[in-house]
Amino acid sequence: MELLNKVNEKLKERFYDDIESAELLYDYPVFTVNKDKVHDILKFLKEDEELNFHFLTDLCGMQTADEKQLGVIYHLHNMPKNYRIRLKTFFDINKPEVATATDLWPAANWMERETYDFFGVKFKGHPNLKRILNVDEMDIFPLRKEYPLEDQTRTDKNDSMFGR
Amino acid sequence: MSKKETTYSVNQEVIEEKEYSTLNLGPTHPATHGIFQNVLKMDGEIIHDAVPTIGYIHRAFEKLAERRPYAQITPITDRLNYCSSPINNMGWYMTVEKLLKAEIPKRAQYHRVIIMELSRIADHIICNSVIGVDTGAMTGFLYIFQWREKIYEIFEEICGARLTTNIGRIGGFDKEWSKTAWDKINDFLKEFPKGLKEFSNLLERNKIFMDRTINCGPISAEMALSYSFVGPNLRAAGIDYDVRVMNPYSSYEDFTFTVPVGTQGDTYDRFMVRQHEMWQSLSIIEQAIKKMPEGPMHADLPDFFLPPKEQVYNSMEALIYHFKIVMGETDIPKGEVYHCVEGGNGELGFYLISDGGRTPFRLHFRRPCFIYYQAYPEMIKGIMLSDAILTMSSMNVIAGELDA
Repeated sequence: MELLNKVNEKLKERFYDDIESAELLYDYPVFTVNKDKVHDILKFLKEDEELNFHFLTDLCGMQTADEKQLGVIYHLHNMPKNYRIRLKTFFDINKPEVATATDLWPAANWMERETYDFFGVKFKGHPNLKRILNVDEMDIFPLRKEYPLEDQTRTDKNDSMFGR
Repeated sequence: MSKKETTYSVNQEVIEEKEYSTLNLGPTHPATHGIFQNVLKMDGEIIHDAVPTIGYIHRAFEKLAERRPYAQITPITDRLNYCSSPINNMGWYMTVEKLLKAEIPKRAQYHRVIIMELSRIADHIICNSVIGVDTGAMTGFLYIFQWREKIYEIFEEICGARLTTNIGRIGGFDKEWSKTAWDKINDFLKEFPKGLKEFSNLLERNKIFMDRTINCGPISAEMALSYSFVGPNLRAAGIDYDVRVMNPYSSYEDFTFTVPVGTQGDTYDRFMVRQHEMWQSLSIIEQAIKKMPEGPMHADLPDFFLPPKEQVYNSMEALIYHFKIVMGETDIPKGEVYHCVEGGNGELGFYLISDGGRTPFRLHFRRPCFIYYQAYPEMIKGIMLSDAILTMSSMNVIAGELDA
């Protein structure tokens, strides 16, 4: 809670309107930010002397439940002080573009490629944005909810038979 | 035909004409210990550039997990870092327990610590002995592998499986460990130090081994951090980051152990950090056995825990729970959590978003070696091919975890 307020104050001071929400989910402070400012915010969090989130723990994509938006989620870590926060940004699925973080952390390179591979998020400024785990010829983004896991024409696995 | 005249002056820049040869290392090559492909640009025997290709054993775990009930995701985690599956299992259980806000009895937590440290030893045995093999020292590998076999026998005694263990349940363990399992653990604790000492004597101060590994594939602390290195690889570079100490889980705060760090971040340091961690793991297991508290082996989570068979046959409620669990019909509260554990090769994270249904809405595995393997081309630039092989095996890159 302390960390949430501290980071929130600092962010609000600098990027007032771009911080859409700040909440504590379980043990993690979570911030939702404007997608146009995400690079500036990451840079600020990384370079701020007090916060100094110098370690990119994780970067992954997600799709919202209404299937209209895609999101990118950053987990940041300040090792000496053991601060951990989560940063989220959402954008329209038809225009999935967000600035790359590869210039801040080289580690973001493959994680962004993975996010592109599975969700089709285009990271502007990424040096080598192509598929990484799937084959290059693939023309869908498999983790999007519009691609169901199993063949939907199957009747033997009909959910209604299981009372769902 | 005109005659070309060439004049040379002292100040003229000499352009050296070089032709690089391309070498395809992998995808299946005995020296890469897994399915890794690297297209190398070679200048003689020196590597000029490397382009890794990954994804050969991609199995769509994150997509699969979106249709599976929580208990059935455990077998998926087995197949991430298959050298230390129990750590992955426990990490996944702890993530779900965090979401459920369940309190796990101390006794179950201590049992988890024992199983996790045993699998850490197994993981490090594989990595370190393979470093030996790649330097040409087959002997250490052959001798120490019998101890890995003993650890797998312990797993077999506890859960019935050896490699892909699926050990335990959400909430703890299904039953008390058998007497045979405890006998095997005690035997292991008594005998393994001798085996490990023997292995250390073979390699640690061995002149040939040291010449071969010191300064081989080094990485600076700064670069390691920017590439999100974790685990023994980061510690070898001199950063004392260990999830067990930083964010203790499963009662790790009850035990005393040291976190070994290196200085150079080269192959030798990575090897030595793992060697010392094995000794620390042994000490943690001994402490856990000594301090083992009394109590139940699992949390009170009837939604996840198969009730005893006598109750299933005789009471309605137990029968309902039994059916619901087997069919995976238990709803999970809404929420999102990130939980990380110290896996065999670093911080293994689970980012779970639940929308309240029987399956996760989104599950992302933070796989340590997927993230740090991208520094590999950077690390092997300008070194010999045989050193590059050694660097890869010392990084403990596991194909199953890399490709998910």
